[in-house]
Amino acid sequence: MREIFIVAGKEFRDGMRNRWILAITLAFALLAMGLAWFGAAASGEVGFTRISTTIVSLASLAVFLIPLIALMLAYDSIVGEDEQGTLLLLMTYPLSRTGLLAGKFLGHGAILALSTALGFGIAAVLIGLLAEQATFANLSGPFSLFIASAILLGLTFLALAYLVSVVTREKARAAGLALLVWFLFVLVYDLVLLGVLVGTEGRVDGGVFRLLLLLNPTDVFRLVNLIGFEETATSSGLLSVFQDQDYPLSLLLGILVAWIAVPLGAAAALFAARRT
Amino acid sequence: MSPVVQLEQVERRFGAVQALKGLSLTVEAGEVLGLLGHNGAGKSTMMKLVLGILAPTSGRVSVLGEDPRGHQARNLRLQLGYLPENVSFYDNLSGREVLRYFARLKRVPVSEADRLLERVGLGHAARRRVRTYSKGMRQRLGLAQALLGEPRLLLLDEPTVGLDPMAVRDVYGMIDQLRGRGTSVILSSHVLPGVERHIDRVAILCEGRLLAWGTIDALRQEAGLPLRIHVRSEEISDALLGRLTEHGVQVVTNGDGRAHLSTAPSEKLGVLRTLLAEERLSDISMEPPTLDSLYAYFDARGRNGGQGDA
Repeated sequence: MREIFIVAGKEFRDGMRNRWILAITLAFALLAMGLAWFGAAASGEVGFTRISTTIVSLASLAVFLIPLIALMLAYDSIVGEDEQGTLLLLMTYPLSRTGLLAGKFLGHGAILALSTALGFGIAAVLIGLLAEQATFANLSGPFSLFIASAILLGLTFLALAYLVSVVTREKARAAGLALLVWFLFVLVYDLVLLGVLVGTEGRVDGGVFRLLLLLNPTDVFRLVNLIGFEETATSSGLLSVFQDQDYPLSLLLGILVAWIAVPLGAAAALFAARRT
Repeated sequence: MSPVVQLEQVERRFGAVQALKGLSLTVEAGEVLGLLGHNGAGKSTMMKLVLGILAPTSGRVSVLGEDPRGHQARNLRLQLGYLPENVSFYDNLSGREVLRYFARLKRVPVSEADRLLERVGLGHAARRRVRTYSKGMRQRLGLAQALLGEPRLLLLDEPTVGLDPMAVRDVYGMIDQLRGRGTSVILSSHVLPGVERHIDRVAILCEGRLLAWGTIDALRQEAGLPLRIHVRSEEISDALLGRLTEHGVQVVTNGDGRAHLSTAPSEKLGVLRTLLAEERLSDISMEPPTLDSLYAYFDARGRNGGQGDA
């Protein structure tokens, strides 16, 4: 157990040193502030928009950004140590492969969680102070849920990044594969579903379609943040199939947790089975 | 006392490639074993077996009386130090942070990490990021890492590659100190001039087989390579040449008053007496077969033998 925290501490320190934490925090804060301020520009006015609009547009941007950041943060965590020779060295220390991976996940997870909470948290506080119609009471609920689900989404793609890092033997390949993972989950998946929907002129069974959407963590993340807002129909695209049918929040968050646990478990199993 | 490392008939296969074939050797406490061989001879594989990173396909490996992959492996690892070939540490951390990280993992007080940094001569650079370190400084950091926790067995894989001559001397100096304290060292190396004085025994590997194993003197005797004697004299008389030839000495003169002799080791004293009896001799120096030539001899013999088997 102790080794896991030592590894996590080192990764966290590395993240501070690389300015990862600073960069992610700033990016998220600016993004949230910008969207809150300019969110209404489309309807011809500048100024703070309604919280629900802000959250919905934040979610649709974060769904691109967070997976990319998580993948970049961790894609080289194993393959990088392998290439620089420290993996071999660490294997001669009283540290198991699973312990190493767990430590990395804990450290990277802390970096991601801290900067997500800080970045969006700062933005929420500023919006609360600056916007007339917003109060902390009606901001805190949606923003807490948004931040929590954003962290879960980040952890999902961290787990996928370890899987990428364990199955590749070169850093360059890992980077390529990480990009492919991002592309598949964030862009291609929805496009293919849309294509199916259009191609069959909507004759796909609604239940099957909803199930397919629930299989993608990015869609689940967006769904979490669309639930309960009326204007979702205009900006949710594919997810409008969920309009008439609510899924409990716990189910959606549970799916995200499963999306963390399964790839992480697979990465640990594959790593442990590796010969070198 | 039982040996620190004991390998018995160890084989290791990677798919179709037989990386080690029937390897048996031991390393005693306080002994420095020089592991020589070409690239791919099995040096690193042997180290990984001793470290417990790899399991032997067959045969037995015992380190400090334990199986390096057994139940006691974790405790065993606290007593081993390892410097892998071509390791590069975390660029964004300082030398001190890197070493403290490894110290914590090895359950060693971080104060020892700071002490070791001083000892390998990195005290002044402890707060600098590893990114700014030279090749030699990185290697010193690696060595400091291997020395954490005063290991009883130290495995150094090519520790002097890429180092300048002064840094190489420092590394050897440190090995001598450790040997004095009873630490066993396995040192893999390409053949390098000057390494002879710092190793007790040599093991020569070729294509996974142990070609020779013993003290340098024993290997010299086994190889029976000629001894080279260099002589300076105003004139080398025909009478002297005649006497030398009786001892079976081959003489090369090149007219500037120098002569180079090579003789069988068994004739050494006879030849020297003959030379010392000569009045006009102004200088004489002797050169036993170098490790280099011993390695070349055993390697060539091993390769020919290998072809004979096939």
